[in-house]
Amino acid sequence: MLKIDNMDVYYGAIHAIKGISIQVPQGEIVTLVGSNGAGKSTTLQTISGLLKPKNGTILFEDQHIEGLAAHKIVSMGLCQVPEGRRVFANMTVLENLELGAYLRSDKDEIARDLEDVFKKFPRLLERKNQLSGTLSGGEQQMLAMGRALMSKPRLLLLDEPSMGLAPLLVKEIFNIIQEINESGTTVLLVEQNANMALSIADKAYVLETGRIALAGTAKELASSEAVRKAYLGG
Amino acid sequence: METGSFLHQFIQQLINGISLGSIYALIALGYTMIYGIIKLINFAHGDIYMLGAYFGFVATTMFGFSFIPALVFAMAAAALTGIIIERVAYRPMRKAPRIAILITAIGVSFFLEYGMILIATPQPRTFPAVFEATVYNIAGLVINSQQLVILFSALVLMTALTYIVNKTKVGKAMRAVSFDTDAARLMGIDIDRIISMTFALGSALAAAAGVLVGVYYNSIDPLMGMLPGMKAFVAAVLGGIGIIPGAMLGGLIMGVVEAMVSGFFSSTFRDAAAFGILILILLYRPAGLLGKNIREKV
Repeated sequence: MLKIDNMDVYYGAIHAIKGISIQVPQGEIVTLVGSNGAGKSTTLQTISGLLKPKNGTILFEDQHIEGLAAHKIVSMGLCQVPEGRRVFANMTVLENLELGAYLRSDKDEIARDLEDVFKKFPRLLERKNQLSGTLSGGEQQMLAMGRALMSKPRLLLLDEPSMGLAPLLVKEIFNIIQEINESGTTVLLVEQNANMALSIADKAYVLETGRIALAGTAKELASSEAVRKAYLGG
Repeated sequence: METGSFLHQFIQQLINGISLGSIYALIALGYTMIYGIIKLINFAHGDIYMLGAYFGFVATTMFGFSFIPALVFAMAAAALTGIIIERVAYRPMRKAPRIAILITAIGVSFFLEYGMILIATPQPRTFPAVFEATVYNIAGLVINSQQLVILFSALVLMTALTYIVNKTKVGKAMRAVSFDTDAARLMGIDIDRIISMTFALGSALAAAAGVLVGVYYNSIDPLMGMLPGMKAFVAAVLGGIGIIPGAMLGGLIMGVVEAMVSGFFSSTFRDAAAFGILILILLYRPAGLLGKNIREKV
């Protein structure tokens, strides 16, 4: 579904991504793990069109998307939940969700999807008319995910959904990610919490200073000595 | 001055101030919206107000339009001008340092001012009387029909703007872009289109102010936008730059303060009062009346 080939990205003068290749097959959860500054977020931002790659290709459903404007990429069915949630704090929960459906005009279906999101995240329904800046971190993560789902993506990119959340909430969020995947959305998950990420993913890539250090099935990587030492705390 | 006449004078100046203030508010809205969305102090904005007055002049004198069609024509023409200016002058500078685009705005301002002098000569023009000026005398207070028209038009336009910004899809997208541009892009919002729309709306409001001033003072000239433009900028800063209700409030306060200063002291101090406000607000409440003081993130 997503095929990145030999991609180089510069972040200012810094050569942040050095010729990586990643494949995300339809229907799977693929995770990109690695420590802080490895280039995980840069990779996602480049896929979404916020950054432009210097070299290499990105194919989404066999179409070139490298260098396309971000809004065009969203309209093709690829949506990102950014790191740090980035909800529109000055707007209500409902307005945030409506903005998720910005490119759609099928009113009835939008209403139905809104109901689905509220079913998935009942807490958002309770806080529907609250300013989203007043939500807790976990609720904001749910809102950011709900907002992205409102665009009806076929591929969902998630950047550090567990960041700053209590362990119980992290579990809840990851359960929901699995649910979203089971209902047919392909997921590319970027995480520092490699343990959690590997536990739900099918395939995994380990990113180290802009290069793919290891790749394999999530199971292989979870049991690999090198990964355990470096990322899973022994 | 005895109390009775003081109160009388106060209310009279309040009326004058509110009608002048709604003009400032209309211009200040454009400053604040454009700042909110691309963090640019559009120094050419006062000249859009001037252009609006000329568009209104052309509509009434050459096309023979009456007040409302002339107002709509001027707003539409200015909206288009705003879009073109953004497209040609500001968009290529989007990634340039902030100071470069600010200087560009000053250049655009000179271009519009002296371009208009070239086309229309520096001579002031008499804005035709588009309706009969009636002066109402209510309990010794003087209110003329132009003031009522200014107030009413400003009220309608500000209500319409509030509705657009809060309820429509474009308005929500504007708020999203001004809050977090990258997050808005990730929602599929075409930033360039929203920026164009913002310039269109802001320019249309400034043009409306230009036509209203033409109707009120009967005189327009190519440099008429300089001082009101600066004052509306102060009004936007006073209310909290980037905050829409702040621009409305700031505009009204500016108008009332100016009217009071002219009424109770001398109109020579009027402009000093306006810029005195700017100094005070920058010293004591730099985020503006409705702004929250946020510490710079490190």
